[in-house]
Amino acid sequence: MADTTVLLEFVEKLKAENAAWIADVKEAFSEVTVFVPRESIVDVCWVLKTEHGFDMLADLCGADRGPEEDPRFEVNYHLFSTKHKNRLRLKVLLSEDEPNVGTVTTVWKTADWHERETYDLFGVIFDGHPDLRRILLPSDFDGHALRKDYPLRGYEPYSLS
Amino acid sequence: MGLENSLWESLPDVVTVKLDAVINWARKSSIWPATFGLACCAIEMMNSVSARNDLSRFGAETFRASPRQADVMIVSGRVSRKMAPVLRRIYDQMPEPKWVISMGACATSGGVFDNYAIVQGVDKIVPVDIYIPGCPPRPEMLVHAIMMLQEKIMKESVKDRYDTFEEESRKSIVPGTLPVTEGTALEKETEIEVAQNKVSRPYTIPSRHERRKSS
Repeated sequence: MADTTVLLEFVEKLKAENAAWIADVKEAFSEVTVFVPRESIVDVCWVLKTEHGFDMLADLCGADRGPEEDPRFEVNYHLFSTKHKNRLRLKVLLSEDEPNVGTVTTVWKTADWHERETYDLFGVIFDGHPDLRRILLPSDFDGHALRKDYPLRGYEPYSLS
Repeated sequence: MGLENSLWESLPDVVTVKLDAVINWARKSSIWPATFGLACCAIEMMNSVSARNDLSRFGAETFRASPRQADVMIVSGRVSRKMAPVLRRIYDQMPEPKWVISMGACATSGGVFDNYAIVQGVDKIVPVDIYIPGCPPRPEMLVHAIMMLQEKIMKESVKDRYDTFEEESRKSIVPGTLPVTEGTALEKETEIEVAQNKVSRPYTIPSRHERRKSS
């Protein structure tokens, strides 16, 4: 098992800067996940990039925990530092009524298409995104296909039979 | 190409009957497919022109990269809803006479992909002449389909073949398939008309048999 003390040091540094930035920390399989409140995700990302060397956004993806859950959606930010060779995961939890989160395209430009994909498939709205429209599904598609309550064949059956 | 547009109206029937045999023989002897591979069936399609199966025995080995030079579109694989307008545009770009072979279970009926992303049968978008079952079909089956298509061509009439109209291609844009990027003027027009509920987009378009005038 790899050592996570280095990663936890980053978490402590974040906590020292602003305690409200971190809601929870989970450690599993030698990976560290930081739960960040929705309002402060952009600030946390900016600090991690500029001051702690997490210069690469390896992945940004959404997840649906199911319509019965609250908060229902989560947005995961997988960060990588090319200087320290460390990986850190940030997680934002969103309710179904207000699936809005600030965009991190201002921090990493690569977040543009990742956020569009998350919007396309989960309906998570990224406030301040420069061009938030569908990227994978056709533009007149009805619904968000990777939600748990989305029917497998779509709302409007393609086939008459 | 272009010949039938002027012929099919002006010629009396007794002449076209004789002409049919000659023209159809010329057509069936060199069917040029369009290079249009969509999925794993395309691997079998490529194999059918290999030395072992040698589709050129039937004059159909010249895969053209441009739809303008192609006679038959082999839909080899599953068609996603986003690919559907592209496929239809390629079909519209092919000049008459043109035929469509639906290769494999996915192109024919959606196959195992019974979900929101895949068109459940390519005949919802373009009229299909020959269906090939299989997952994927063997190259021999594609060769057989070409031979069946040749038999079919011999039964056709020159009068049946004329360029499709813009209206038909407009009707054939199916729900949930508009491309994300800014499309052609035709697509924009369709989008506006659908938004105003002026036209209801049908799921199917009339097949070639239904709009055939003679024979």
